[in-house]
Parts: sequence; C-alpha cells; structure tokens
Amino acid sequence: MNALLRMEGVCAGYGAVQALNDVSLHVDQGEIVTLIGANGAGKSTLLMTLCGEPRARAGHITFDGAEITALPTHAIMRRGIAQSPEGRRVFPRMTVQENLMMGAEALGQPGDELPRVLELFPRLRERFAQRAGTLSGGEQQMLAIGRALMSRPRLLLLDEPSLGLAPLVVKQIFGAIRRLNATQGMTVLLVEQNANLALRLAHRGYVLVNGRITMAGTGAGLLARPEIRDAYLGGAAH
Amino acid sequence: MAYALQQLINGVSLGMIYGLIAVGYTMVYGIIGMINFAHGDVFMVGAFVSLITVLLLGIGGGAAGPGALLLVLLAAMAVTALYGWTVERVAYRPLRGSFRLAPLISAIGMSILLQNYVQVAQGARVKPTGTLVPGGVTLMQSEGFNVQFSYVQMLICVVTLGVLAGFTLLVTRTPLGRAMRACEQDRKMAALLGIDTDRIISLTFVIGAALAAVAGCMYLLRYGVIDFYIGFLAGVKAFTAAVLGGIGSLPGAVLGGLLIGLIETFWSAYFSAQYKDVAAFSILILTLVFMPTGLLGRQEVEKV
Repeated sequence: MNALLRMEGVCAGYGAVQALNDVSLHVDQGEIVTLIGANGAGKSTLLMTLCGEPRARAGHITFDGAEITALPTHAIMRRGIAQSPEGRRVFPRMTVQENLMMGAEALGQPGDELPRVLELFPRLRERFAQRAGTLSGGEQQMLAIGRALMSRPRLLLLDEPSLGLAPLVVKQIFGAIRRLNATQGMTVLLVEQNANLALRLAHRGYVLVNGRITMAGTGAGLLARPEIRDAYLGGAAH
Repeated sequence: MAYALQQLINGVSLGMIYGLIAVGYTMVYGIIGMINFAHGDVFMVGAFVSLITVLLLGIGGGAAGPGALLLVLLAAMAVTALYGWTVERVAYRPLRGSFRLAPLISAIGMSILLQNYVQVAQGARVKPTGTLVPGGVTLMQSEGFNVQFSYVQMLICVVTLGVLAGFTLLVTRTPLGRAMRACEQDRKMAALLGIDTDRIISLTFVIGAALAAVAGCMYLLRYGVIDFYIGFLAGVKAFTAAVLGGIGSLPGAVLGGLLIGLIETFWSAYFSAQYKDVAAFSILILTLVFMPTGLLGRQEVEKV
C-alpha cells in the first residue's frame, strides 16, 4: 500500500534543540490522521518539517511516492500540500477575499474553489471585504483553513484549529473538517491538544511525547486506552 | 506670493525625485526589515547610465527629442534594475538568517563599493550634459519676478506621477503585488502558500532600483551635472523621507519625499541655502525622537 505521505526516521529541530527524534508515520489517501501530544511535544515542528522549515536533519519524507525531504518550502507546497499553521497567520492587512485568493494565486490557480470554501464557511462570505486583522479568532481560523483549501490540496495539514476558541466554534470547525473528508475525500493530518475531540474525528492517531512517537492506533482504539485517558483526557472521570 | 509659488514648483519637483528613491527604501524595509544603504548609490548608477545613454545617442549639449529621452529612461531603468538584482544576490541573500546587523554592514560596504567603482570607471570629475530639456512657461509675473514652470520640471512631475501610478496598480491589483504584500506581512506564511519568497525579494530590489533609475534620470535632466558622490546625499534625504512618511508605507514614502523637497526648497529660499541639509536632517532626528512611526506608518504590533 502506497501512502500519500510517509515520514521515516525523521529528526529535526531548531538550533541546538532536537524537537523530533526518529519519527516515522504515514497518512493514506482519504484518511483523517491526528497527532496528539502535550504542549511542546513537537507537534507543530513536525508539521513545519513536512513543509521544509526547519529541514529534516535525518530521515526521509515522501509525498505521493516522491522524495520531498530536501525541497524548499514553496516547492513542497506546490506538490499539493497546504497548511493552516499554528497561530492561523492570516494576512492582517488584506481582506478576507485577498487572503483566500492568495491561497490559489500563489500557485498560479484562478481560485475556482472559492464557492466551495464559502459554502463550507458561510461566515467568510459575510466578512468577505473586511480586513482579516479585524476578524474574531474563530473567523480567522476558518479563514486560515479556507485559504489552505483554495489550492485544492491533496493533503491538508491543520495545526491546533481548536486553540483558544469557544466550544461552539470548535464544533463548527470540526464539523467542517468531517464534511470535507466525507464529501470530498480530503486527506487530513490534524495536530491537536484536544485529544478527545481529535481522536473522535480521526480514523487513526499517533501520540507524540518529547519528539518521539510513543503510540499509534485507530482513533477509537487510542481513546479507549487507559494511559491516553490519564495523560490527555484528564483522567477516567472526564 | 509669486516667489512662494516658484518655491512650491521647485520643491514639488525636487520632492518627487526624493519620493521615487524613498519608495525603494521603504519597499525593501517592508519585505526584509533592513535599510538598504546602497540604495542611494543605485540612484547614482541610474543617473550615470542615463548620462552614458545620452552620450551614446549623441544628444548631449542640445535639446533632445521625446523618443530619445524615453530611450534614455528605459535604458537607465533596465541596467539599474540589473544592478539592484545583483546587489541583493551578492551582498544580502547570503546573509539572510544571519544576525540582524550583518546585511546592514554589507549594505554600507556595497554603497562604498558602488561609489568607488563609478569613480574609477567614470572618473571623479563632475559630468555636465548641458540642458537637454530647455525652456518653460511663465505662469505669472509680478513686481518684476517671473514664475517659471520649466519643461523639465513638468517632465519630472508627469513621469513621476505616471511611474508611481503604474507602481500602485502593480502593488494593489496584480498577483505579483499581492504576493509582495503577503511577503511583507508574513514571509513564512507566504512560503507556506507556495510563494517563492526569494524570487519576490529579488523582484522587490529590481523594482526599487528601476524607480531609483527614474529618479536618477530626472536628476540628470534637471541639474545637467552629476558625479559619483550624488547618491550619498540624495540617498540619506530619501531615507529621511521614508522615515518621515513612516518606513514600510508606500504612500508615506512619496508624501515624505514631497515634504522633504518642500522643506529644503523653502528653507533655502527664506533662510539660508547653506543650511538646507541641516534642515532636512533635523527633520530626521525630530521624527525619530517624537514620531518614530512617521506620518503614515503603523504602530508596531507585538506578534503573539
């Protein structure tokens, strides 16, 4: 079985800090895979390493069978990977429309995905001409995901889409991810601190502890493990 | 009254030249957060390329036709753009990711290098071209004072406004302009969207240098004499203009340029021509002390 994305023995970090240690994982076409772990475990570093910044110091990353380990960031993204990064990073002084168009335009695409993105996040339609810096946190998160979708990626990387958002908004966003996967077959690699939500949504999951993958399994399987419940779900009572 | 009107015309046409150079400072600052101290010398190179083209065309000394002037302008923009590209490639790109002062020191080195290169290659003496665009119109006469709007001043205004209008369209309406703004607001995110940020930075230098070349060409037409050292003073004044307008702000750079041109001209006319540079640089100090974000600049927001 050829995975869409495969990481093998990847080590990476910033400066003297080694954030990822011998990480191997794979994501198949059409899957939602989640990566859970505590703050500082290396989850965001893993997503960024996939995108070439920081560069993997050891190991191999392949996308659709082709080696992408040594490619510059923009070349990796042009192969069909898109990321909604940590902190959302919308362009604050551009309008919602311009932010969305950037997602397609950077790859020389006309932006045909726009209607589908606005259908997925109707809030963005209401805020279409507004500057992104004036949006609420939830709206910015929708914009960041929408912008990533504009290039019709084959793999969507999501970094903590629930961070700092009200439960109702989180529910909306997770619903949208589920719909994307169910109706369009979007392949998603989701990084989350909210393990409960993430494992309920995902087909499979990995647990990252201090830069190493310590557990892997199906979403439901991991949810049922007592050590996961103790460490990430606030104990059995939760 | 007539005297003041004359100063206004002189100040605006001078200010446009500063504004064109200031745009290059502010663009580069916006996108990579450094002051390109070699930019004034890129302007000087633009003036020299204009001069060389004038000589090659054999139009020095007399009035030149519009076709020949356009050729001079285009040649200056093309060759100077190549200089701008090379400066970034050789002196700044290898230092990206290095400590903050490294490209700044490299820029000062580039500035000295360009000055000395032109001095050695072209000689140290001032180069006169004569008046290429003679004449003008008398707008009004009062008490024996003629208010002149010379053709070369009109040319400066028309060309500058045209070039800046084209530049504004480029930045606000084209994919390249949006990519430049994306890099300016969040370079890492721009790369994550598939933008080749190194290419955008190169193009920023190319466009900045082309605008400086327009300024260099206009300077040559206006004053008819240049030397290898003109880039220093013009560069520092344009930098002052960029700071006054709010570094990073494109309309601010043009506004700052006009203000510096006007302040310098009016100061020379009513106080003392010897102290005109002091006046311009006092503005720099006052701005930095009392209004560091400039007239149209943004308050720096701490990123979370």
